Amino acid sequence: MTTEGAPKDTSPGADGAVPAADPDLAAAEEPSAGDEAVPAASEESAAPAGAPAPPVDRTRTPLVELDAVSKYYGNIRALEGVSLEVHAGEISCVLGDNGAGKSTLIKIIAGLHQHDAGTFSIEGEETRLGSPREALDRGIATVYQDLAVVPLMPVWRNFFLGSEPTKGVGPFKRMDVEFMRATTHAELLRMGIDLRDVDQPIGTLSGGERQCVAIARAVYFGAKVLVLDEPTAALGVKQSGVVLKYVAAARDAGLGVVLITHNPHHAYLVGDRFVLLKRGAMSGAHTRAEITLDELTRQMAGGSELEDLRHELERATAP
Amino acid sequence: MSATAPAPEKPVRAADERLLKTSPVKRLLGRPELGSVVGAVAVFLFFAIVADSFLQATSLATVLYAASTIGIMAVPVALLMIGGEFDLSAGVMVTTSALISSMFSYQMTANVWVGVGVSLVATLAIGVFNGVMLIRTDPPSFIITLGTFLMLTGMNLGFTKLISGTVSTKSISDMEGFPSAKDVFASTLTIGGVDFKITIVWWLAMVAVATWILLRTRAGNWIFAVGGGEQAARAVGVPVGRTKIGLYMGVAFGAWVSGQHLLFNYDVVQSGEGVGNELIYIIAAVIGGCLITGGYGSAVGAAVGALIFGMTSKGIVYAEWNPDWFKFFLGAMLLLATLLNAWVRKRAEATK
Repeated sequence: MTTEGAPKDTSPGADGAVPAADPDLAAAEEPSAGDEAVPAASEESAAPAGAPAPPVDRTRTPLVELDAVSKYYGNIRALEGVSLEVHAGEISCVLGDNGAGKSTLIKIIAGLHQHDAGTFSIEGEETRLGSPREALDRGIATVYQDLAVVPLMPVWRNFFLGSEPTKGVGPFKRMDVEFMRATTHAELLRMGIDLRDVDQPIGTLSGGERQCVAIARAVYFGAKVLVLDEPTAALGVKQSGVVLKYVAAARDAGLGVVLITHNPHHAYLVGDRFVLLKRGAMSGAHTRAEITLDELTRQMAGGSELEDLRHELERATAP
Repeated sequence: MSATAPAPEKPVRAADERLLKTSPVKRLLGRPELGSVVGAVAVFLFFAIVADSFLQATSLATVLYAASTIGIMAVPVALLMIGGEFDLSAGVMVTTSALISSMFSYQMTANVWVGVGVSLVATLAIGVFNGVMLIRTDPPSFIITLGTFLMLTGMNLGFTKLISGTVSTKSISDMEGFPSAKDVFASTLTIGGVDFKITIVWWLAMVAVATWILLRTRAGNWIFAVGGGEQAARAVGVPVGRTKIGLYMGVAFGAWVSGQHLLFNYDVVQSGEGVGNELIYIIAAVIGGCLITGGYGSAVGAAVGALIFGMTSKGIVYAEWNPDWFKFFLGAMLLLATLLNAWVRKRAEATK
């Protein structure tokens, strides 16, 4: 699973106009790929850690590039001067504490908000997204932490929500239910989720499985950029590992991934680039080669602030 | 996801998915209509025993007629509730629709079909107003449609008095087109010597169309989604606003059908009617298994809820009891159905 990086799209800038080709391709491949995926996923040894990024062509245009982007809510500075690059087949991690501006950054990339300053480019072309639908049409799929799915709806309805395939004409135009069920089952199998019943409400799945369904959905619909909002925040250690494995699988499928997290350990397991946010501003930007996990953890934890905190706590407990 | 699921997965894997897991009984338990169907059977048996004349064909036709007048509205109201919203103006909107139709035809001395058409457009416009107000502004639908409800109540009385001088409209039975309109909205079909009102046909047709929309079209998927998780739906590109406006237009369409039936059945319309009916529609939908918080329910369930209403209201008459007890039965039924639904849903989810 981690080694088959072969079908990587090497020219996303040149043929960006045909995103529709991707789901077809994925659907056509599914029988063979599905068979491979099952044993790989059930094996404990296939840890996500041992998969460093494939060598990246630095001269290529990034799929998404933010340059000194700022966002103000009235007189509140939510984000100022933040830059971020997302390349195909790479994972860019955005790290920050609560209130650091991670959510604002996501909302700009996902098309929910517009930036007030700086430039936002998709495949080299400067853009201002008007709606989440527009972002999706441009190949940017966002998986929110809590908002990924509608809990009461069956898995297959969730999988195709918003992009339901139809057949028939006029008043008899209807959803292609059989295709939807079969595809949902096959696509999830490809990611190693063997559902007994695609009709079960998605709320009955575990948190990790729900994240995976949302990721599988984005991949199936030919997303070029996958934005993940704290996908591991509410999960246990084992489930986090499973989710990270699918994040890596999405990367190997040639997607550019933006991983928002406040867990440097998770970020360092899969990340190629790291952007640190603090109080709405960028406090650091590194590539994987430039930084160690310890240093990342230290910066993330607040560095010198942590030292101060330690002193404070020591004094408080001493007497 | 074998790595994370708990232990009991192993034997299932050997036999491969759902065949082993979902017996037909359990699948039945998972249906939203189940509670209402059980309730309907219980109510039916109850009145079949206590009221001698309840089982006669003419009585059943009367019960169906009573159920259909509620059901025509309960079905779109149920869809709206699945979409996560309320419409408190639904009851008086029926009267408004009838008044517009009657007064337009009378004042313009036009063919009544012109009034019927104008009424359709005007009623749909009220639905659009409700929907647009909801999505453009912040307050919940409860407040917005409460406002519409009060405004419509006032306008019904005000305009009717202003135009007719009394609280009811003038008779239009001698006007052009009245017989054919009556055929469509208020005629009686005789099948096997028993008279059935045509509203039963309208009711069944609306159940069929609503079920089709809900279960087999993209719009149906969106209805479930906007009710069950509006933000998630918006994030994956579901047109939340359009879906909700469409749902309010559905309620308006139901109000138009009901209103035209009212008009062509009784010839004159009392402008104060309809107040309080909105709750009956909502109750029918809830008895039918619609979750009051949205995202779950069915059109068939709402129809069965309306049937329970019809059976109770007429059954009390056939049992020769004081009809004052109707409301008591209704309340008890609502509580029982809600509890039964909650229990069934919990069991269905636990045994999956």
